[in-house]
Amino acid sequence: MVGLHNSDIKNPTLRWIDQRLPLISLMQNEYAKFPAPRNFNYWWNFGALAMVNLMIMIVTGIVLAMHYTPHTAFAFDSVERIMRDVNYGWLIRYIHANGASMFFIVVYIHMFRGLYYGSYKAPRELLWILGVVILLLMMATAFMGYVLPWGQMSFWGATVITNLFSAIPIVGDAIVTWLWGGFSIDNPTLNRFFSLHYLLPFVIVGVVFLHVVALHITGSNNPLGIEPKGPQDTVPFHPYYTVKDTFGMCVYLMVFAFLVFFAPNYLGHPDNYIPANPLVTPAHIVPEWYFLPFYAILRAVPSKLGGVLLMFASIFVLFLLPWLDTSKVRSARFRPVYKWFFWLLVVWCVILGYCGAKPPEGIYVVLSRLGTIYYFAHFLIILPVLGKLERPLPLPESIAQAVLGGGGRMPAGAVAKPMEKA
Amino acid sequence: MAETSHASAHQTGHAPHAEGTRRDFLYLMTGAMGAVGTAAVAWPFIHQMNPSKDVLALSTTEVDLSPIQQGQAITVMWRGKPVFIRRRTEPEVQQANAVNLGDLPDPQADSARAQRPEWLVVVGVCTHLGCVPLGTKATDPKGEFGGWFCPCHGSHYDSSGRIRKGPAPKNLEVPTYTFLTDTRIRIG
Ligand code: HEM
Ligand code: FES
Repeated sequence: MVGLHNSDIKNPTLRWIDQRLPLISLMQNEYAKFPAPRNFNYWWNFGALAMVNLMIMIVTGIVLAMHYTPHTAFAFDSVERIMRDVNYGWLIRYIHANGASMFFIVVYIHMFRGLYYGSYKAPRELLWILGVVILLLMMATAFMGYVLPWGQMSFWGATVITNLFSAIPIVGDAIVTWLWGGFSIDNPTLNRFFSLHYLLPFVIVGVVFLHVVALHITGSNNPLGIEPKGPQDTVPFHPYYTVKDTFGMCVYLMVFAFLVFFAPNYLGHPDNYIPANPLVTPAHIVPEWYFLPFYAILRAVPSKLGGVLLMFASIFVLFLLPWLDTSKVRSARFRPVYKWFFWLLVVWCVILGYCGAKPPEGIYVVLSRLGTIYYFAHFLIILPVLGKLERPLPLPESIAQAVLGGGGRMPAGAVAKPMEKA
Repeated sequence: MAETSHASAHQTGHAPHAEGTRRDFLYLMTGAMGAVGTAAVAWPFIHQMNPSKDVLALSTTEVDLSPIQQGQAITVMWRGKPVFIRRRTEPEVQQANAVNLGDLPDPQADSARAQRPEWLVVVGVCTHLGCVPLGTKATDPKGEFGGWFCPCHGSHYDSSGRIRKGPAPKNLEVPTYTFLTDTRIRIG
């Protein structure tokens, strides 16, 4: 299509711009008028929260990079200088460090929301897959970020995780040397990790953009898991969900602020306040909490290569999820059996996380193994089979019917003015 | 928004006030809280670029004056900038005092620029665009007025560090300094 965009903006200057570069129309259509199912619950806040969190990470990260020195001889001291000397450096670093934790909390909830309400099912497969890509990028970013302060956990965490690649037959050692740029974690490693830690968040921004484009093609899922059938089933995104998201954001910011101001090191490890020492390994290396379930899977297997493969498989299986779940019904509300398996998965993930923080001995090994078995069985056996055997509850006619009761269609006027009850 | 809320006030039977409805009030208060909160968060992110504590801690320098002979000058670093300390000769001081203040682009008496006539302390940064003027070393050109000469765009300073000729608008800055003893000063 060639020619000026057909803009309905009144202001002549804005209209002139919008006809040539219809950004305002785009924002209006995609964020203001965008019809969203009328029945979102608070679990639908977490996508917007993740977006806010990503922005917070980028802003605080760019500030940290103004004061941080990516060199083994200065990195630790430059972080201490941020904490003591840079104006509000302590605040900005604590926001960044705890922001990583908040990010994973938000994204994990966002993903479990998807699992519960079947948001990964057709036609949203690609939307889900892009989400898993974001998770992988976040993990890489957070891992490399944790190396930057160059404390004991930074150094030894990096050593252990990069050594995972040495499990690959034949080329493993060459790959590890390539990752390190040397024969151990050292200055070349720190330098490239800093470069990539700066880059990847912007790659995440790009994938998030695609994620949102895909979302706006298929439209959002909703707690009932049935598609909106007409305007009576939706409300415009603004003001209904902008307000709901803002309220959720206030609660999220309160939790975030509590962590930053009252427990800034609660989720961190004290050993990371000891400068990196290549000659002394800490008694007990634990990754950041958000990696613990995966770490437990890694250690559950008494084989180096096997553990590494299973750990990577635990994420890759998520890519296949849209095709592993054979049930046509999305929302767990109407899947009486799946609902139980879902909660079982949640419980096992928590147990795996707990085991990941404990030494790999006794009961923790047993629990890690059981958890690993359940995790894979859930996706590879239970979901495919359950879809065939389970008898779902009857689905409601439409969203409007389910939320308004009665079954009749809404009178058109009532849809336009529900705000007026305020 | 405002229109809808006025309409709704009528429909729902709230007393319509000329100043606005309850919802207008809440809307305004929420907006104001949001603005205050945003400003409060913005400040740390702006202030972090100001000099940090360790930078401020380096903002004084002590200098031992005893090795400097009459007619000699030295350069010391203070806050990352050069400071010229010149032990002036009697003729140089007289020359600086003899000038008619009305002839100066930036009129200032020499007595206002030197705590002790023998010692001139000035920041060695040209007030034009920040080059370091020549004239401190014995071999340097001192310009037409026996002080300093900035080679970047040709500014001439006299033996009191005052601008006499060229594009620079102001005299060389005199930093805060104190004589701790007769042969020791603290700059800053
Ligand atoms: C996806 C978003 C991001 C995540 C998940 C993330 C995660 C992390 C983590 C876990 C740390 C270690 C915190 C600590 O223990 O001190 C860290 C440190 C750091 N990050 Fe990020 N980061 C992100 C984005 C960024 C961006 C965009 C930049 C720069 C442009 C950046 C710059 C830094 C710097 C300089 C450090 C070292 C200082 C420090 O340790 O506090 N980060 N990051
Ligand atoms: S900077 Fe000295 S004359 Fe221009």
